[in-house]
Amino acid sequence: MPSIFDKFRKQKPRIDSSEGEAVPAKAPASDLWVKCAGCGTAMYKKNFQDNLKVCEKCGHHHKMTAQERVEQMCDQNSFSEWDADVISMDPLEFGPEYLNKLQQDRAKTKLSDAVLTGSATIEGLRVALGVMDFHFRGGSMGSAVGEKITAMMEKALDQKLPTVMITSSGGARMQEGMLSLMQMARTSAAVRRLNKAGLPYMCILTDPTTAGVAASFASLGDIILAEPGAIVGFSGARVIEQTIRQKLPPGFQTAEFYQKHGFVDSVVKRAELKRTTFEMLALLTRPLEVV
Amino acid sequence: MILEVEKPLLELEEKIAELKKVTENGVDLSGVVRQLERKAEELKHSIYSNLSAWDRVQIARHDQRPKTLDYIRELFTQFHELHGDRHYADDAAVVAGLARFEGRAVLVVGHQKGKDTKENLHRNFGMPAPEGFRKAQRLFTMAQRFKLPIITFVDTSGAYPGIEAEERGQYEAIASSIALMTELTVPIVTIVIGEGGSGGALGIAVGDRVLMLEHSVYSVISPEGCATILWRDASKAEQAAATLGLTSENLSKLGLVDEVIHEPLGGAHRDLAMTYKAVQLALTRHLGELVELAPDDLVEKRYQKYRAMGRVQREVKVSP
Ligand SMILES: [Zn+2]
Repeated sequence: MPSIFDKFRKQKPRIDSSEGEAVPAKAPASDLWVKCAGCGTAMYKKNFQDNLKVCEKCGHHHKMTAQERVEQMCDQNSFSEWDADVISMDPLEFGPEYLNKLQQDRAKTKLSDAVLTGSATIEGLRVALGVMDFHFRGGSMGSAVGEKITAMMEKALDQKLPTVMITSSGGARMQEGMLSLMQMARTSAAVRRLNKAGLPYMCILTDPTTAGVAASFASLGDIILAEPGAIVGFSGARVIEQTIRQKLPPGFQTAEFYQKHGFVDSVVKRAELKRTTFEMLALLTRPLEVV
Repeated sequence: MILEVEKPLLELEEKIAELKKVTENGVDLSGVVRQLERKAEELKHSIYSNLSAWDRVQIARHDQRPKTLDYIRELFTQFHELHGDRHYADDAAVVAGLARFEGRAVLVVGHQKGKDTKENLHRNFGMPAPEGFRKAQRLFTMAQRFKLPIITFVDTSGAYPGIEAEERGQYEAIASSIALMTELTVPIVTIVIGEGGSGGALGIAVGDRVLMLEHSVYSVISPEGCATILWRDASKAEQAAATLGLTSENLSKLGLVDEVIHEPLGGAHRDLAMTYKAVQLALTRHLGELVELAPDDLVEKRYQKYRAMGRVQREVKVSP
């Protein structure tokens, strides 16, 4: 069964969510070099990693794994994982094919499903943290993702922690049918409990954040940040093009587009994300600066 | 609009009508008519008790199936439609207003599809723009302020996919509508009357009770969309429909729907009066139960109801 994104990878001309991966450069020594998905420049892999997977030439932000993101955002060794063993089932009886894909992605990503949750400190400030990983079934949200995110928010509520949710997802997971759609209500209800308790909830939208995830917990933040160039939106670009029978304008459905239209508080470069997150959360939770 | 599955029945019914006319004109064929009528009844049973998921999708989308405004006209009194989101526009794909249901003041909100091309163009085929969800939110909040129960009717293929809809934050409109519904302190009864299309449906469908007409469908993605993704072939929608578990029985089994409202044999469009009656009875019962609950209790129960929606397990790691 192909992933939702296989299709786009082949057809879409523009650089988007599915093409956001830096590809190994062609031989020789391809394991040492990668090619930027934005401008095609070959980069020395170590420099690329040191630069947080951002192209030094064009600034293209490539996708990160959940573990890389934790390393980037959290103080060293401060992250401790929650619900590491929560996995999805096959409620619609799609069959072994679906279960095998889950198994493969678990092995590949070392995650139980498309989100990693836990607690950590960011510049010393303790938070509940959720990080979605596009490499697991396109970051799609089924029961396990919904369960882990909801449980994370409930723990944040119990422990009175600010919550940071870093999103990357194509939306609800088709293979779990309506149970996936219901995760939108389930997670949104949990966000409202955080709001009510006066606990800050911050969303960081990374490439891509679309459909059912955009239309639930990802857009309910007290503060919504986004990485440069990240694709954000409800309907897929291809569906829109087919419906209205015209080409989409350049820059449509990017983080910058949504900042311009009033739905993103600030587009923040990856290198500044940790400090910005800390400062903003501290502004909300520590009215007087601790010197 | 003629459904493939109904064709033999409609042909038979046409024949019966013809023979009746002949009888009226003096040639007595009433014996044959009675015989054919019995046959039609049997045919109806065999057709409608063996509907595939794809047949259901067709029935759910039937242009003569009752729409939100039909239910409002038949089941409510003193309906006063309220327009606009007070920010940008009025979205005709979502209708809303104050009304009385069996004497009780309520807020009614629903997707509105058209019954013909002209009406569909006006209603944008029942596909909401962000303004539709924002109108709903404005009125949900008002209903809460005046302690009015909320009744929503779900009938959309999905939120409208367009440039302007995206510019005006379709995803944000849906998300905030869903989130608001999870915390409203008044009772919410939602009825899926036709097509429940993904996030565009859920945007007005978070309820204390979610009811579904027997032949309605409710799906995370359209069968056509699913087929395109799974097999790169929209014509395999029939197969996709069977896979997606979008029927009222499936959803009831998964605990996502609280009650299936049975339709007259042949579907809602074949006996409107019976359909209205069945919906009215269900609404009376559920609303009656919900208005007895204290607001806090209502919200907590709703949270727990959605909290329980998911199928997960704890992975057992085999040690090497
Ligand atoms: Zn580049």
